[in-house]
Amino acid sequence: MSDHTERLYHIFIESFLPLLKAGVAFTIPLTLVSFAIGLVIAFVTALVRISPVGPLRGIARFYVWIFRGTPLIVQLFIIFYGLPSIGLTLPPFTAGVIGFSLSVGAYGSEIIRAAILSISQGQWEAAYSIGMTKRQALRRIIVPQALRVSVPPLSNSFISLIKDTSLAASITVTEMFQKAQEITARYYEPMLLYCEVALIYLVFSTVLSHFQNRLEHYFDSKSAKKGSLL
Amino acid sequence: MIEVKAIQKSFGEHHVLKGLDLTVKKGQVTVIIGPSGSGKTTLLRCMNLLEIPTNGTLRVGDISLTFEENVQPKPKDMLALRRKSGMVFQSYNLFPHMTVLQNIMEGPVIVQKKAKEEAKTTALQLLKKVGLADKADAYPDQLSGGQQQRVGIARAMAVNPEVLLFDEPTSALDPELVGEVLKVMKELAVEGMTMVVVTHEMKFAEEVADKVVLLDQGKILEQGEPSELFNHPKHERTRAFLSRLINPI
Repeated sequence: MSDHTERLYHIFIESFLPLLKAGVAFTIPLTLVSFAIGLVIAFVTALVRISPVGPLRGIARFYVWIFRGTPLIVQLFIIFYGLPSIGLTLPPFTAGVIGFSLSVGAYGSEIIRAAILSISQGQWEAAYSIGMTKRQALRRIIVPQALRVSVPPLSNSFISLIKDTSLAASITVTEMFQKAQEITARYYEPMLLYCEVALIYLVFSTVLSHFQNRLEHYFDSKSAKKGSLL
Repeated sequence: MIEVKAIQKSFGEHHVLKGLDLTVKKGQVTVIIGPSGSGKTTLLRCMNLLEIPTNGTLRVGDISLTFEENVQPKPKDMLALRRKSGMVFQSYNLFPHMTVLQNIMEGPVIVQKKAKEEAKTTALQLLKKVGLADKADAYPDQLSGGQQQRVGIARAMAVNPEVLLFDEPTSALDPELVGEVLKVMKELAVEGMTMVVVTHEMKFAEEVADKVVLLDQGKILEQGEPSELFNHPKHERTRAFLSRLINPI
């Protein structure tokens, strides 16, 4: 091995653990917490958008419009660097969670709303015909079916989110990408280190999409949609 | 049991029902026939408010509602009236994410707040009645159309409605599956269930109906006992409609 290759090898090995640590300590928690909160926001927003209450619908539409129509990194900058000037200073991680949750909420609400609208009118009518209220019909008949429909697109958002958390580097969260930049500054081997961090992101999203497949499979077996024709 | 008075229904500029009066007596089977577009399905759907009449009065059991143009009836009133009847749909509309048993128990447990065990016992009895006792744990998409429709009937009956409404219950079925559904309906009729049936099955109408109502262009053209209406129709249009059914080509 030449000296140069050996040096690269050592840097790779030495930086692997710190990178992974940053991933486990920040990237993954940031993803999971933001996605969980984002899903709740998405679900509530979707329900509001199909509700008959006009003003609430307007607010929900406005929120989705703002957060889908502006870059995520700008939103993060406003929350972290902008809000202090009106007296609201947030720790970097918290600012990240808020930004990412609101973004997931906006995109997710459209996914869930479309899924609810995709359930056939006949299902509503059947629910009403056995005497259900609108609320009962939603809770028991429409939403369970809609959630199944939304699993694949929501998983897509989830995987996007894993990668998007790298934007938190720009608001000083020491997540994985921020760590990679720090190490690069020390050794000045950008090609190696950025490829290394890319590799770890790839592993993370591969493992997580595997869970997505499992989840889809679980729903399929429950509704006997496939593989039941013995 | 049901009293329809001067019911009108418009979809925008399109007047589907143009002032109808109809009485359905307890324990009787009323069959509604008529050419396509005559408003028979709309009339049936008005009876449990899946369509809200534009004008007129509707009484089901002891609940009566009067409708006026551009006045949305109170959800509470609509619910009370709707809970008097059960509905069987042309496309079955079973809940695909639930087993057959869960489909039937859903109304009693969620709407009527009955105990699960009690609801299950009733549901199993109903399944037996429609000849599907062995399908309790199957999912709807594992059943044939005829089986699904029989589950649909059991589900509609599970909430103990005072009247059952059938919207072309056999129209989506393969011909060889029609019989099993009609047989269940016939048995219900014999047991004294009040039924309103929109159908093209003239043989069923002839054998089972107490009254046949012929709708044409949003109005009742003729009504009466099946033997009379089929054999001695009063109107030329009735005659024409019936002869087209008998000799479709």
